[in-house]
Amino acid sequence: MPGIKSLVSIPDFSLSPRIDQTGAEERASRFTRRSIKKESKINGLKLVLNMIDLTTLEGKDTEGKVRQLCYKAMHLHDSLPGIPTVAAVCVYPSMVKVAKKALVGSGILVASVATGFPSGQASREVKIRDTKFAVSEGADEVDMVISRGKFHAGEYNYVFDEIAAIREACGNARLKVILETGELGTFDKIRRASDIAMYAGADFIKTSTGKIQPAATLPVTLVMLEAIRDYYYRIGRMVGMKPAGGISKSKLALHYLVMVKEVLGEAWLNNEWFRFGASSLANDVLMQLMKEMTGVYQAANYFSVD
Amino acid sequence: MPATRKKQSKGNTLRLKFDTSWSYAPAPESRTAASFRARYELFINGEWQQPLSKKYFDTINPATEERLSEIAEAGAADVDRAVRAARTAYDKVWRRMPAKERAKYIYRIARMIQERAREFAIIESLDGGKPIRESRDFDVPTAANHFFYYAGWADKLEYAFPNRGTEPLGVAGQIIPWNFPLLMAAWKIAPALATGNTVVLKPAETTPLTALKLAELLQEADLPPGVVNIVTGAGATGAAIVNHPDIDKIAFTGSTEVGKIIQRAIAGTKKKATLELGGKAANIIFEDAPLDQAVEGVINGIYFNQGHVCCAGSRLYVQESVAKEVIRKLRDRIETLIVGDPLDKNTDIGAINSRQQLETIEKYLSIGKKEGAEMYQSSCPLPGRGYWCRPTIFTNVAQSNRIAQEEIFGPVLAVLTFRTDDEVIEKANNSPYGLSAGVWTDKGSKIFNMTRRMRAGVVWANTFNKFDPSSPFGGYKESGYGREGGLHGLLPYLNLVG
Amino acid sequence: MEKTEIKKSALRIGEDGLEKKSASRRLEVLKTYKIFIGGQFPRTESGRYYVPVNNRGKKLANVCLSSRKDFRDAVAAARAAFPGWSGRAAFNRGQILYRMAEMLEGRKAQFIEELMQQDASRKKAEREVNLSVDRLIYYAGWCDKYQQLFSAVNPVASSHFNFSVPEPTGVVSIIAPQQDSLLGLVSVIAAAITGGNTCVVLASETKPLCSITFAEVLGTSDLPAGVVNMLTGKLTELSPWFVDHMDVNATVFCEADPETQQRMRERSALNLKRICFYDRIDWYSNAGQSPYFIMDLQEIKTTWHPIEEIAGSGSGY
Repeated sequence: MPGIKSLVSIPDFSLSPRIDQTGAEERASRFTRRSIKKESKINGLKLVLNMIDLTTLEGKDTEGKVRQLCYKAMHLHDSLPGIPTVAAVCVYPSMVKVAKKALVGSGILVASVATGFPSGQASREVKIRDTKFAVSEGADEVDMVISRGKFHAGEYNYVFDEIAAIREACGNARLKVILETGELGTFDKIRRASDIAMYAGADFIKTSTGKIQPAATLPVTLVMLEAIRDYYYRIGRMVGMKPAGGISKSKLALHYLVMVKEVLGEAWLNNEWFRFGASSLANDVLMQLMKEMTGVYQAANYFSVD
Repeated sequence: MPATRKKQSKGNTLRLKFDTSWSYAPAPESRTAASFRARYELFINGEWQQPLSKKYFDTINPATEERLSEIAEAGAADVDRAVRAARTAYDKVWRRMPAKERAKYIYRIARMIQERAREFAIIESLDGGKPIRESRDFDVPTAANHFFYYAGWADKLEYAFPNRGTEPLGVAGQIIPWNFPLLMAAWKIAPALATGNTVVLKPAETTPLTALKLAELLQEADLPPGVVNIVTGAGATGAAIVNHPDIDKIAFTGSTEVGKIIQRAIAGTKKKATLELGGKAANIIFEDAPLDQAVEGVINGIYFNQGHVCCAGSRLYVQESVAKEVIRKLRDRIETLIVGDPLDKNTDIGAINSRQQLETIEKYLSIGKKEGAEMYQSSCPLPGRGYWCRPTIFTNVAQSNRIAQEEIFGPVLAVLTFRTDDEVIEKANNSPYGLSAGVWTDKGSKIFNMTRRMRAGVVWANTFNKFDPSSPFGGYKESGYGREGGLHGLLPYLNLVG
Repeated sequence: MEKTEIKKSALRIGEDGLEKKSASRRLEVLKTYKIFIGGQFPRTESGRYYVPVNNRGKKLANVCLSSRKDFRDAVAAARAAFPGWSGRAAFNRGQILYRMAEMLEGRKAQFIEELMQQDASRKKAEREVNLSVDRLIYYAGWCDKYQQLFSAVNPVASSHFNFSVPEPTGVVSIIAPQQDSLLGLVSVIAAAITGGNTCVVLASETKPLCSITFAEVLGTSDLPAGVVNMLTGKLTELSPWFVDHMDVNATVFCEADPETQQRMRERSALNLKRICFYDRIDWYSNAGQSPYFIMDLQEIKTTWHPIEEIAGSGSGY
């Protein structure tokens, strides 16, 4: 009805525009042609570091492992001055309390996966409880997974309602919605899933769980960034972006920064609105920073594994 | 640190800020990888010969206005020497050489261009002003590929035209423009040589360097003397070629105006001609198009090579229901285009090729404003010296505006709206030109209907500015005649017999 | 016509086709002639060998006597390589074939010596190698051109865009011409892979040396692993397997032997594989090269798509 506007509008999903894959890939490859050198490179690398969600999500994670990861998060490479910390540490709900304690006073956030990560094949009730547990343990952010099966079956309202319910269960914690783009298949579907997530209340949209291939790629992230932009112009609300998995080299991370800069601009170029879901990326960035500062190519042995 | 959620008011005051605190440092390509001479003579009969005219002219770098080289100016007597050399080479060497050996020379040229790719790219950007990213990633590789492709045809002509044998024409006079100097040289020389002809080629007077470096390469490839001759000069040199009685074929790429002069000049002679002239291509976005990719295609269509492209998508027809969104996306996109030093690897839009061309463009900018169109330019900084133009969009353009009809040959896009398919087809075809067109829609059946009814030699559906040595290129109407590339590109250089 | 320059090697071949021995001789390292599968040089899984002999009775080498299992492995390698090879841009295939010519040209001396060991005169050997290089260049040039000659846009009587294009048939098993060591082999391989197919090749039984050395050329030409696989061995033993494997799409046979041809025809019916008999081809002449050899190993696909009838158009393209 005309004149009535709600904070969260539910659009007609058939209006999620088509994406031409060839065109999107060409545009994405153009970002890789930008040449980032000297101070621009150093500043970019520091920005990348500060945007990392340092992640451990393995069946064999223990409290000891998580504590060591948190220490690394706070002390990436103490012999190198002027290095920022990462943005957050990302763990399973059972490890949130340990991480929170280890990171006290550091300013680094604790993100927790939830909702039956990574498959998302669990009941609604279980997913909500999983989320509430993580939040009560102290998680600042929740990374949920959407129900890909329901999505492929065309039950978009189900997917939407689920995200809205988890958003509510998060309370003050920020919600990242993982689309698992590697399972969605086409760019059209990725766009549609992005729109559903944003309209349902996501604070971030995220590409992948990192458990399957393909994970994040430049073209997929481009599609999602453009979805964020269209949503922002239409509704006036910012949503963050997190590509996860498959980004282990600094050069690639810098390509992502170029893409964010040229698609969304200044407001998104910080860790409040952009994150990298990565584990080994941090050390590669440190190696590159060392190289820029000393002029000499580095070896992995000189940087702690965790 | 607790995260806060930002919420901003909805409305058309939303703006994205692309000039960010993190910026790209200058990333200049080093000039040392390329070398060229302070003075170039004419390349005739496999040697560097001083011009009988005793005249020279300068070629400059349009980004800095510095002089790069002194170039010989060929007078009528010089052109005559070149044509004689080409004729002798044709009669005595080239037409007698077995086709497969001819092919091997052309393959050699392709491979050697690939080996020297970086040097050619740098010189192309220095001499003409185009960004190094484009000369490196597009111009030079495509030129090499063109030679490689046509080399393969040399010994296969018996298959090309059903029930017809083939004969070369003899000596081809070729005049090429300044927008893709090396690539245009490849487009002309490769098919001519593959079909057994010899060549007298004149590069544009503002961009002779890569053709002259190519001449050096031809010497090293041991190409028999006289098979390719390069005579530098301006309009008078071109006229001398066109009017020379011993030339069998003229191949010209350039402005429609000069194309018409050439056609008149060869009337009554036996000379064959192909002309590849100007354009005012319509790029059409339907409401069901993949909008972000369509916008990217439009941007590439008009700002690639500073808009110095005959097939540039200089008229955008956008369906009215999505016009506002498309224009917003276009304006956002041009904010991230970097205008600057052609040798900087991050430059998207280089220098305008010459002062003269910049004046032409500025003339049209003021015409557009006078005609009542709204002009929008990006806010990027411009370097000091040199010839520069920011990417420009005109909205509120009418079909009858001069900026919608006349070729500007610069980074200037005219945006018009339409409502129905019939309307836009009529308007797209409503032009004396017919070189290229673009169609953006998600609906396959609409694509084929549109492409069938466009009166243009190249139609791009859901893409733009795509070139391939195997894909024929050329215009309808006043955009010229004849095709370059592919099987069809052989025909202009052959007589069909039997 | 260009004069070819042969680099003189330290190895000298006498009148009898045998190596000339000199007094203070450095002991030569003899090449092991293994087979070529999936870009690697394994030995035959059967462990068997045979010893081809030249006309003067000189033993040439211990050459792998390939087995049915080797053939099976080679087909698997060829099948795995097919999507990548056929999916490459035609232009890229052309560049790779050209590179094969470059590599072969660079190794001319080695091939001439091998041919002379296998009973060719020096003059004939030079001619065979030169023609082989030129043949590769010939087909390199076809890679991105035969499509333009053999495709069509069909003027159907309904409002449809209708086009036909050739596509590679898939994995081709090739029994190379048995009388030559090199030129026939190169000719049949080039035609198959120009069209985007991958292949398994049985070399000449009596003159197998050049086939394996040619496999070395392939290995250094940027040709992806598995596109060409080379086996040596007995024709009568292997030919049935070449023609009845269910995952082979076509077979090429180059001997004028009516009985074998008939048996091949019958066995190929198992999966209706296409059979090409090239038994009367003079590979040394221009009849030994043509785009029709490419087309023999292509399928034709026709596609329809509607054309929206705006304002009453009524036909296809």
